[in-house]
Amino acid sequence: MDLKETLLSSYLAFDAQDGPQHKLQDQRAAAIEVFEQQGFPTKKEEDWKYTPLRNLIKTNYTVFPKEEVSLKLDEVKEYILQDVDTYKIVFVDGIYNAYLSETTHVGVDVCLLSAALTKPKYAATIKKYFNQIAAKDASLTALNTAFTKEGAYIHVPEGKLVEKPVQIIHFTTDKNPSLLLQPRNLIVVEKNAEIQIVERHQSLTTNESFTNVVTEIFTEQNAQLDYYKIQNDQTTASLIDSTYISQRKHSHAKVHTFSFGGKLTRNNLNFYHKDPEINSTMKGITLIEGSQFVDHHTLVHHAQPNSESHQDYKGIFAEKSTGVFNGKIIVEKEAQKTNAFQQNNNILMNDKASINTKPQLEIFADDVKCSHGCTIGQLDEDALFYMQTRGIPTKEARGLLTYAFASNVLQSVKIDSVKKRINKLIAEKLGVNIGFDV
Amino acid sequence: MLSIDNLHAGCEGKTILQGINLDVKPGEVHAIMGPNGSGKSTLSTVVAGHEDYEISRGTILFDGEDIADLSADERAHKGIFLSFQYPVEIPGVTVTNFIKTAINQNRKAKGLEDMPANEMLKKIREKAALLEIDSRFLSRSLNEGFSGGEKKRNEIFQMAMLEPKLAILDETDSGLDIDALRIVANGVNKLRGKDRAIVVITHYQRLLEHIVPDFVHVLHDGKIVKSGTKELALELEEKGYDWIKQGA
Repeated sequence: MDLKETLLSSYLAFDAQDGPQHKLQDQRAAAIEVFEQQGFPTKKEEDWKYTPLRNLIKTNYTVFPKEEVSLKLDEVKEYILQDVDTYKIVFVDGIYNAYLSETTHVGVDVCLLSAALTKPKYAATIKKYFNQIAAKDASLTALNTAFTKEGAYIHVPEGKLVEKPVQIIHFTTDKNPSLLLQPRNLIVVEKNAEIQIVERHQSLTTNESFTNVVTEIFTEQNAQLDYYKIQNDQTTASLIDSTYISQRKHSHAKVHTFSFGGKLTRNNLNFYHKDPEINSTMKGITLIEGSQFVDHHTLVHHAQPNSESHQDYKGIFAEKSTGVFNGKIIVEKEAQKTNAFQQNNNILMNDKASINTKPQLEIFADDVKCSHGCTIGQLDEDALFYMQTRGIPTKEARGLLTYAFASNVLQSVKIDSVKKRINKLIAEKLGVNIGFDV
Repeated sequence: MLSIDNLHAGCEGKTILQGINLDVKPGEVHAIMGPNGSGKSTLSTVVAGHEDYEISRGTILFDGEDIADLSADERAHKGIFLSFQYPVEIPGVTVTNFIKTAINQNRKAKGLEDMPANEMLKKIREKAALLEIDSRFLSRSLNEGFSGGEKKRNEIFQMAMLEPKLAILDETDSGLDIDALRIVANGVNKLRGKDRAIVVITHYQRLLEHIVPDFVHVLHDGKIVKSGTKELALELEEKGYDWIKQGA
């Protein structure tokens, strides 16, 4: 049985388990049909042309964890931001871990989607937002919807500035081999509210694991969202992340994606503008080696006038690693005075490394400013010599130059503890002691 | 300190330096002058250790040691400093962070611990003042968007920080207005000392009014065709390089 068939039959068991009484049953049923028809995306589809899933789906993953695993804080401490006070929603092999978590309902709801789906007091919010922006026709998102059961639920009420960042962390252990995790997150930031979120998927084993996560985010009028994705997983862990952000007037949504690890990582990051005067920012640093693969597919849908989007992705590819960047910007006819900027700069450290980068602009308005630039290059030899003449050896000089190449993306990181951590990860990956903070 | 004997060198199969002899002792300031294309910059690049340049004949001794096989950073660790004619821009690394890294890498090569932060800060302030460098300047990305004068001041600032035994200043006066020239020259003069040698490479005599050399050499077609004292520079200024070319 191939993975698709396994999943289809798992769905029957899953649905029987908590289906009939479950309010999502219809949505799940519709979603599994989409997946059944489309199956896993293949390279024949334009959006997946450079992203082969063939090897990934050879493993016969299971969606059912065999056992609930408890973890000691010491075992996972390094993956959790410690030097800043945060709310935490922690899952181990897909199951909520209360011991490692710190949720709240005081002033803001930071809790489990499973709770929000079942308790009456959340019914209105669920009805208004759940599965409203996630693509219905994308097979992997549909697969996630079909198996929706658990994830993070964050609801920031009007005017609330949440001071503590929220960490959403998923651990995979060796107790449940070949697990396919399908977390589903719903985040609603109401009018004039603000929140910072850090998301991480971390495998604690060298077993194969596969996460197909879907996150829906709604930023209402004048809401501010700051979202950080830290992707530094084992080389046996694959991640497909589909994030859908729906924005209202004067809201600003910023997403930083730091991709330093994993086997295959695909980020589908989509921004939809529902009003004029919206700001969307997406930035990323990709720094990979070996045969790692990282794909960033971004979409900004400018539908109304006077909005901005800023994209800045830096990629550094060593050894045989491969990157993909596809930045799609749609500017509808109504979206006059749009400012859309896109930048994707890459350094190939080696002639076996590769990057496929493609801006994709579809502009139907005539009074817009759109710019895009992709570069692919090597490190500047003149700069290397210059640094050497100051006593900086080649390895450190390369490290420092690479670091410098990526570092402007870090300047917009608002959580110091995240900035420090990313700084440290970059230095570790480059094998140099940077010796200073950004 | 620096002893160059019959040096033939070049890059991409082309020999540019055709038998250079030069002996620089501690405490001395030498000026190397010459028309465009005479090999001035090649000489500085070869001494600094650019790996694209090959020495086909002759030797470069530094403190008695043949440095031909040393990389540029190893030469820097021995105390050789090259101030670039066109300093390279490094976006994303501030002047302060760059010099910190350079200082600590030099210390590491000598088996020393990193310089304590307060000591580093004090030194940076002191040397910045020497070159009339504003503290805001120190937090800008290295050479990015700097004016010609700022770039050259920054080069001499780095020299002041690194305290090399031998400093080669390649066309340090190019792109400088009179004020910047004065500041840079003052900085260099303050760094003169009995243990430090300076080689000033320049096209014009102008810089030598401010940094007065002990010896002047004229380079032409990859050879030193004339050597003398500071008066040679004046004579050269008066008669022009054609005088040398005809004589050569």
